[in-house]
Amino acid sequence: MGRAWKFGENLNTDEIIPARYNITIDEKELAAKAFCEIRPEFAAQVQPGDVIVAGRNFGCGSSREHAAVAIRGTGVQCVIAPSFARIFFRNAINIGLPILECPQAVEIEDGDQIEVNLSRGEIRNLSQGKVYPANPLPAFVLKIVEAGGLVRFLREHDIEELTS
Amino acid sequence: MGTLVEEIFSRRAGRSVRAGEIILLDVDTIMSHDNTTPLAIKAFREIGKPIRNPDQIVIHFDHAYPAPNLLAAENQQKILRFMREQGIRHFYHHGVCHQVMIEEGFVRPGGVVIGADSHTVTYGALGCFSTGLGSSEIGAAWVTGKCWFRTPETILIRLEGQTAPGVYSKDVMLYLAGVLGMDGATYRALEFEGSYIRNLPMHERLVFSNMSVELGAKCGLIAPDEITLQYLAQETRAQPPFEVFRAEQPRYERVVEIDVSGLEPQIACHPDVDQVKPLREVEGLPIDEVYIGTCTNARYEDLEIAAGILRGRQVHRFTRVLVTPASQTIYEKAMQNGLIEVFLQAGCTVNAPGCGACLGRHGGVLAPGERAFTTMNRNFIGRMGSSEAEIYLGSPAAAAATALEGRITDPRKYL
Repeated sequence: MGRAWKFGENLNTDEIIPARYNITIDEKELAAKAFCEIRPEFAAQVQPGDVIVAGRNFGCGSSREHAAVAIRGTGVQCVIAPSFARIFFRNAINIGLPILECPQAVEIEDGDQIEVNLSRGEIRNLSQGKVYPANPLPAFVLKIVEAGGLVRFLREHDIEELTS
Repeated sequence: MGTLVEEIFSRRAGRSVRAGEIILLDVDTIMSHDNTTPLAIKAFREIGKPIRNPDQIVIHFDHAYPAPNLLAAENQQKILRFMREQGIRHFYHHGVCHQVMIEEGFVRPGGVVIGADSHTVTYGALGCFSTGLGSSEIGAAWVTGKCWFRTPETILIRLEGQTAPGVYSKDVMLYLAGVLGMDGATYRALEFEGSYIRNLPMHERLVFSNMSVELGAKCGLIAPDEITLQYLAQETRAQPPFEVFRAEQPRYERVVEIDVSGLEPQIACHPDVDQVKPLREVEGLPIDEVYIGTCTNARYEDLEIAAGILRGRQVHRFTRVLVTPASQTIYEKAMQNGLIEVFLQAGCTVNAPGCGACLGRHGGVLAPGERAFTTMNRNFIGRMGSSEAEIYLGSPAAAAATALEGRITDPRKYL
């Protein structure tokens, strides 16, 4: 269970972490600057297990993986949005940051208590007493997710196994 | 048989590939730059397998080059060590990666190129499937030489007619961003065609592909034709023969038709690329910095248009005007043809080729409350420095006219 941090639509990679902080690849340093422009209190107050809930097109803009890494570094268990920008979607899957595509998530309000069941793709809003289903991930994407990301997948497998 | 992206994927896969199908493709070239290479190296080390072919890999220094601070310098030093260690010889520090990729011949019709930069989509203007990815995927591709793609559905953008004087492809693309919105093409391919596109020179076509990602698209393709082949032969090191192909009995998810004839100069207002208006609606807004540069609009012809307006005139006393050619080659041609002299005499600052100012790294960072007018493709909050600064996007002509008056100015009065 965790607190929902609610963000708006078209949240871009510069808002997740401004380019000037991307000079490092240290996850904790990046996490300390997550959302620093648009929600300065976030990095200090976020707790492991919290969730980020946003409007459509989350993560649009740059290809920089630093954005997904920064979010993973804050300890949030999941990012929930009606839709993700495609590079961010891939980056999150590739680095093992759980994301759920869920159109009904817009009902979630800032501060709601949320419980996420990743394997079932189910989001429980304890504050509002509601349950939202997330869009299922394609089978080959699940292979990457289950391995804990693309890097871990490739340590154990050949890339051909993704689509076989 | 299919849309342009289906044609390219089918040729590469050696069988018919349709939208919705997930495929694994061999890639020709794997690009990254000083900003995204370190995380790719980290992923590569963690995978723990050897590089498949170092000659597939191209690395650029352009996001913070020459290094503006110690951290950037150390970062680049680490990448240089890595390239030496792995025998990677395709290394460039000659301008914006996407322009250099084209000039150096890594972009070919029918090719498949991936890059750790969202604007890798630029090469679609030459009929090359190219798309941006994150660093881990680039590190993985170094090992495998392959990448998975979900074959995207295509939205056809049919552009007919001819633009009026003072209206450029940037204005048309901004208008389109206003029509489709920032996620109007998410997970989709865009295909540009129509009489306007067919008559358009390559430097203007590149703007459409470059900004496709601003609408969320996976790629933005234009079918290769005579103009493409001529450009490849004259402006790049790419070696023929080149594949020419077109969409064959394509099925489009959606067709968007725009007659460009009546369009006037456009502007994307802070802070989103789809906040587009006719430029005259915001004319007169004071501007602190004008930046003519980036992978969108810093090609020779863009500089020529700007210089045509600035020649014999002075930029506004309190407006910083930065001109950053997209590559060393462009810089050299601009120097030989007197454009650099025009910029200097008009009071502009000419920067070394690169893209530092576009992401607030160096060479034009904005202070709180400042307002910039640029030829960039993005105007996100905090993009060029302070989150309290504003960014407006427009054509090189509009940027030059704005530089003269220190406030947003319709370029048509200076033509």
